[in-house]
Amino acid sequence: MISRTSGGDSPAADTPPAAAALEIRGLHKSFGANEVLRGIDLSVAAHEVICLIGASGSGKSTLLRCVNLLEPVSAGSVYLAGQEITRPGVNENLVRTHIGIVFQSFNLFPHMTVLRNVTLGPARVLRTPRAEAVRQARALLDRFGLLDKAGDYPDRLSGGQQQRVAIVRALAMRPRILLLDEVTSALDPELVAEVLDVIRELAEGGMTMLIATHEMGFARDIASRVCFLADGRIVEEAPPAQLFTEPRDERTQRFLRRITEAGRL
Amino acid sequence: MNEETPGSVLVTSRGPRLLAGASGRRGVVLSTASTVIVIAALAAIFLLAPGSRQVRHTFLNPADMWHALLGDPRHGYYSVGEALWLNIRMFLAAEVLILILALAVAVIRQSTGPVMLPLRVISTVYVDVARGVPLILIIYALGYGLPALSLRFVSSQSAAVYGVAALVISYSAYVSEVYRAGINSVHQSQVAAARSLGLSHWASLRFVILPQAVRNIIPPLLNDFISLQKDTALVGVLGAIEANKAAELYSDTTFNYSSYVVAAILFLILTIPLARFTDHLIARDRGRRLAGGAR
Ligand SMILES: Nc1ncnc2c1ncn2[C@@H]1O[C@H](COP(=O)(O)OP(=O)(O)OP(=O)(O)O)[C@@H](O)[C@H]1O
Ligand SMILES: [Mg+2]
Repeated sequence: MISRTSGGDSPAADTPPAAAALEIRGLHKSFGANEVLRGIDLSVAAHEVICLIGASGSGKSTLLRCVNLLEPVSAGSVYLAGQEITRPGVNENLVRTHIGIVFQSFNLFPHMTVLRNVTLGPARVLRTPRAEAVRQARALLDRFGLLDKAGDYPDRLSGGQQQRVAIVRALAMRPRILLLDEVTSALDPELVAEVLDVIRELAEGGMTMLIATHEMGFARDIASRVCFLADGRIVEEAPPAQLFTEPRDERTQRFLRRITEAGRL
Repeated sequence: MNEETPGSVLVTSRGPRLLAGASGRRGVVLSTASTVIVIAALAAIFLLAPGSRQVRHTFLNPADMWHALLGDPRHGYYSVGEALWLNIRMFLAAEVLILILALAVAVIRQSTGPVMLPLRVISTVYVDVARGVPLILIIYALGYGLPALSLRFVSSQSAAVYGVAALVISYSAYVSEVYRAGINSVHQSQVAAARSLGLSHWASLRFVILPQAVRNIIPPLLNDFISLQKDTALVGVLGAIEANKAAELYSDTTFNYSSYVVAAILFLILTIPLARFTDHLIARDRGRRLAGGAR
């Protein structure tokens, strides 16, 4: 199994050639008769930032939740640093410590202060001594300008602040990869920038990220590659410069045209 | 309590909300007047009834009430006031045990996975049965059944202990459902957030779900405890000298029922503060939710 200390690069029998940070192969996911994902293949190298775009309901959130094992996959496999995490008997809790996820609706724990939100995972899961967990959490909060909120409860914070805390909470686990699910969609327009700035900073720091987003301008700026999701598959995958200016697939063209008409690109 | 008009005690079950409908001074005058009129009318009916004198003598006789309250061992009856202490102790013991057992049952019923299946089945059957059987029958079953078994420790307890056990069995079934509703009231996204940090099912429950659930269920929980306070009186059927039993013994000796009125008043004194407190919490919660929604 993936350990927290060795960096997880120990070769295993099922290691794919050059171990990508994250490798998704032939992933299928159905909810009852509704087949949402119909064979997703995607490889994310370390330090890459992948943006997932696609119409509402195209399965972006579902894909991220499958990667995080919050949803069991129907078929196919996911590899984290070369090790399959979708095989039966895997320690899901351990896997999740390596994969951070930030949700559209923040999902902070309302009964805990900001500091407790951030230290819960390290203290309870990683068994970091409390004083050390607090020190690290305060350092992270400080880095993102949230230190003065450490003692506040989430409902005292603006949406932008809450989402930044949620990002810090995920980072406190020192994940290998960060999944971001439309993290600005629930925010008032004037609060979007502060959250996007945080993500930009993380990208510059070399964080590996898989980002579902409706912010096309942001995707164009930040992504190493952009994947367009439709009909349960990644129908087009290209660097942003290419995908946004000369999309090849007809469905991508149609999607981008609609977005442009809506004034969102 | 202080800011309410005197009449409001009569409407405890629905609480200050009823008064809130009366807006402004005119409203207060109107509601006070109507309360006074209703009370006066009821009192008049009672006092003018043909048997009023007789009823007042047998149920509301001040001297008998006083004697029943204090008790008199020489005449063979117990103090209802002192007996109430047993109700209070049974209530407190049962309450603690119920909170624990009910939580265990709720958590087991919420669990997933095949390992817990047998426990899940047992818990489900338990809740169905314990909620379906009248409390009084459970009290009889334990109070007479367990001693009859002639087991060493189990069969030699006092009536109060069997009574508490019966209360715990019956109430835990209800309270476990309250817990379960509380657990379900916490949004699934909170579970997802907790699990995504690598917290196990149990750790998520303990640190994230239950603390939020408990907050949501305090009012319904208090409601059940109000009713538990009263139901301690049922343990009297096993011969435990609690307030109701003491009142019964008094009336058996004196052929006067005023002792029951004393017991009723004492129970009211116990339950009304809890009822007011529950209403207060509900109102505060509603206020918070409204304030929260405006954000
Ligand atoms: N738990 C679930 N049970 C049943 N169906 C689900 C569930 N979660 C998602 N779906 C369905 O899967 C499809 C994809 O949903 P998903 O949320 O992944 O889309 P999305 O691309 O994230 O959309 P959006 O841009 O609106 O967030 C939808 O048709 C949705 O109804
Ligand atoms: Mg989504």
